[in-house]
Amino acid sequence: MSITVKDVQHVARLARLHLSPEEEATFTEQMNAILQYAEKLSGLNTEGVQPTTHVLHVSNVMREDVVKESLTLEEALLNASEEEDGQFKVPAVLE
Amino acid sequence: MSLFQYRLSELHNMLHAGQASVSELTEESLSAITRLDDKVNAFLTLNEEGARADARTLDDKLASGASRGLLFGLPAGIKDNIVTKGLRTTCASRFLDNYQPIYDATVAAKLRQADAVTIGKLNMDEFAMGGSNENSAYGPVRNPWDLERVPGGSSGGSAAAVASGEVFFALGSDTGGSIRQPASYCGVVGLKPTYGLVSRYGLVAFASSLDQIGPLTRTVEDSAYVLQAIAGYDAQDSTSAKVDIPDYLSALTGDIKGLRIAVPKEYLGEGVDASVRETVLSALKVLEDLGAVWEEVSLPHTEYAVATYYLLASSEASSNLARFDGVRYGVRVDEGGGLLDLYLNSRSRGFGPEVKRRIMLGTYALSSGYYDAYYLKAQKVRTLIKQDFDEVFKKYDVVIGPTAPTTAFKLGSQTEDPLTMYLNDILTIPVNLAGIPAVSIPCGFAEGLPVGLQIIGKEFDESTVLRVAHAYEQHTDHHKQRPQL
Repeated sequence: MSITVKDVQHVARLARLHLSPEEEATFTEQMNAILQYAEKLSGLNTEGVQPTTHVLHVSNVMREDVVKESLTLEEALLNASEEEDGQFKVPAVLE
Repeated sequence: MSLFQYRLSELHNMLHAGQASVSELTEESLSAITRLDDKVNAFLTLNEEGARADARTLDDKLASGASRGLLFGLPAGIKDNIVTKGLRTTCASRFLDNYQPIYDATVAAKLRQADAVTIGKLNMDEFAMGGSNENSAYGPVRNPWDLERVPGGSSGGSAAAVASGEVFFALGSDTGGSIRQPASYCGVVGLKPTYGLVSRYGLVAFASSLDQIGPLTRTVEDSAYVLQAIAGYDAQDSTSAKVDIPDYLSALTGDIKGLRIAVPKEYLGEGVDASVRETVLSALKVLEDLGAVWEEVSLPHTEYAVATYYLLASSEASSNLARFDGVRYGVRVDEGGGLLDLYLNSRSRGFGPEVKRRIMLGTYALSSGYYDAYYLKAQKVRTLIKQDFDEVFKKYDVVIGPTAPTTAFKLGSQTEDPLTMYLNDILTIPVNLAGIPAVSIPCGFAEGLPVGLQIIGKEFDESTVLRVAHAYEQHTDHHKQRPQL
């Protein structure tokens, strides 16, 4: 299985990345090499093997639903490059 | 004589006895950075004024006779993917060039509670992705043993700062070898604790199921000291383990009689430099002389570890790095388009090539139609890799091998070929996939460059790992060698 520049453009869109034509060419070549290397996994029989998501012996971690101290508005907005009326500002979402 | 020759416990006693002050230690660290860091490039941000103010406060505390924290007065560097309130944290990415954290990571808070002095933030591969430190947006760190060579990565700044004597200890993070491999290349002690032992709260996430914070130090005893201060359950991290924290220092008995060591044949085989193999075999001889016994074993799925890791870590990264959208923090490139353009332009401008490559790989592996073949398959192989270790640990106390297949390579020699670069991590990655602890300690030199010995233990058995490392260190002097800068 090999991927094309078109695949790379599609994945870039999903990943919210805008790639230059040079980047698209480089990534196509490099991702093919990496995925070809990853193909070695397909030769391994994993029938009946449970997937490992993480290694800890815990599942859900719950806490009481109580009100606690949280960030102030000022703190939350400290690193935002644009804000208005105490909110993060984004460009128009709807045309 | 330099204060950098002393162990942390010795400095602790000297401070107590009035033979040194916190301000002296802090100035020694700051002046070393002024003298050396133009060459090494380990620091991204210095906390000069903050460190001096903290030092004065701590000296007052010393004079007043108040009780002192475990790391009292010791100047430290923190890898720049660990957030520090009010102290710029960049992850060595252009994306976060101006980021001012509004809270402390749990480990940063613990250093403060332990009365350590934060000297500054350390260079790394961007978002901890890389094994050479060449992926930093602020230029590569250079290896103190040979400035033309890489320090390893991604915690290259942490390893180089400790090796060159700029700080007394440092914190790093390890996702696939990012503490141990640079420790090996720079000739220092680097410990990756068991997954869940040290809180990840405030560690900018790369691959959440693999990331773990740990210390880089000059000696094993120092490593135990720092681990003692940072280990422990934290409700802020939902993957933090509720385990009792032992006294790591009391584990350093020097006694390893009867210890059973497994040496995987895959760790000394093809791809491992002959000089590295010889150095590791001599280290095993030292352990043997101390009463340990070693046997060759097999970890049969080792050859699948790198492929498994790059699929899983990249997938987790592609999800974790979705938060960098140009809205709440970091780079914002608004060229008058809509919201989607804001995302596309900000991310494309802010991330470097390796970060983009991994986001692309991860997005592909998780995308519709490929999920089962790549992501799920890799999760299953992860189980097999973990079972390899479980099997070996039924009969043996530790697993030992080299930390990396080679010594530090030349800057620029592998940047064109990501796959070759990824294969440098073949001996460290399986440990992260299995979630178990491992330390890299200096075990000699090959052509003037440090070689690291990797000691891997059972989950939450840092005590045995450190005991073996310490016993070895007591009978060798590799850790006392210093680079000439």
